[in-house]
Amino acid sequence: MEEINIFVKSIFIDNMVFAYFLGMCSYLAVSKTVKTSVGLGAAVIFVLIITVPVDYLLDTYILSEGALKWIDPEYANVDLSFLSFIMFIAIIASMVQLVEMIVEKFSPSLYASLGIFLPLIAVNCAILGGSLFMQQREFTSIGQATAFGLGSGIGWFLAIVAIAAIREKIRYSNVPPALRGLGITFIITGLMAIAFMTFMGIKI
Amino acid sequence: MSTDTKEREPLFSPKNIKLLTNPIHKDNPITAQVLGICSALAVTVKLEPAIVMSISVMVVLAAGNVIISLLRNSIPSRIRIIVQLVVIAALVILVDQVLKAFAYEVSKQLSVFVGLIITNCIIMGRFEAFAMGNKPWPALLDGIGNGIGYGWVLVAVAFFRELFGSGTFFGMTVIPKSVFDFGYVNNGLVILPPMALFAVAAIIWIQRSRDKELIEA
Repeated sequence: MEEINIFVKSIFIDNMVFAYFLGMCSYLAVSKTVKTSVGLGAAVIFVLIITVPVDYLLDTYILSEGALKWIDPEYANVDLSFLSFIMFIAIIASMVQLVEMIVEKFSPSLYASLGIFLPLIAVNCAILGGSLFMQQREFTSIGQATAFGLGSGIGWFLAIVAIAAIREKIRYSNVPPALRGLGITFIITGLMAIAFMTFMGIKI
Repeated sequence: MSTDTKEREPLFSPKNIKLLTNPIHKDNPITAQVLGICSALAVTVKLEPAIVMSISVMVVLAAGNVIISLLRNSIPSRIRIIVQLVVIAALVILVDQVLKAFAYEVSKQLSVFVGLIITNCIIMGRFEAFAMGNKPWPALLDGIGNGIGYGWVLVAVAFFRELFGSGTFFGMTVIPKSVFDFGYVNNGLVILPPMALFAVAAIIWIQRSRDKELIEA
């Protein structure tokens, strides 16, 4: 049950974009049309659902304090958590590379539709943010970590597809010149964030 | 030897000064280049974390720019992203450890956002756009300039959010009690995440109305 709670919470309440502003750069840059934003959103879900559980295992069995006990009890005092940034980003960069190669080999059509977005994901803060939040919230099982990764990915997907749809329409509106483009996107995102705040407090 | 002086320009030549001042207004990383938004919005509820964050980003950016600029001729271009990430991650670990040691409270407030400096697009963006093709000294100036450009937006947003959201300035109450007696209340909405977006939008609006060149078509 805890998994479902984490899953729903990470989509709506702790939404990556609206509550923590993660992945804003690509969110603003790639949200001009719905089609490309669906591609990027799918790629983010894909990568998050792999990297968060892998980083969870890495954190639990190697990096956190006393995690090395399973090798030998004398390592119980070893604390490698200061290495977590560099390990997480290495895992993410190599996972993205791996995912890219696998997708290219087995599904060329999906590879063609994701295009340049896959390699860009390595530096999307939503991915690293997912792993860092996972570490900070101290999930107790890999199931919870996976639910969190999937939920965060879907939340990010929702956000970017919604803003892309709005931006496609707003092209026909008369926006004050100085607000055109970036400014109005910020304001719409703010309004959407207020809308998402109504989900606050939901518990399953 | 006199041929040497031809290519050596003074440390603070007009061109180098431009590197320092351009990112503050025309080329501002947040409002014009649209880089590094994520962390900019999340840490601006109070002034103190915003200032600490700006300084951290500036240090990582300036030091990283110099390191990448020194290494630029020996990095194979196929693996440059990984090399850049390793340099950034190492610097961020240093910053994180220093913050944990000397400013533990602030580092708790910043939580994951110190770690997220690694994927802050300003840093990668400046490495790619500037440090890979320039000498260390201009790269240092460019790093400091972009750090300041990023910092002033953060501090401006944080100033308004702290003033209107909690009625304080650096944690000191500045709105007198008599104003509260007249029925003034702190605006709770300003503390919530959406307001950061509106504040940045307002800065963009003001900046672009004053400088028509920045307006998007």
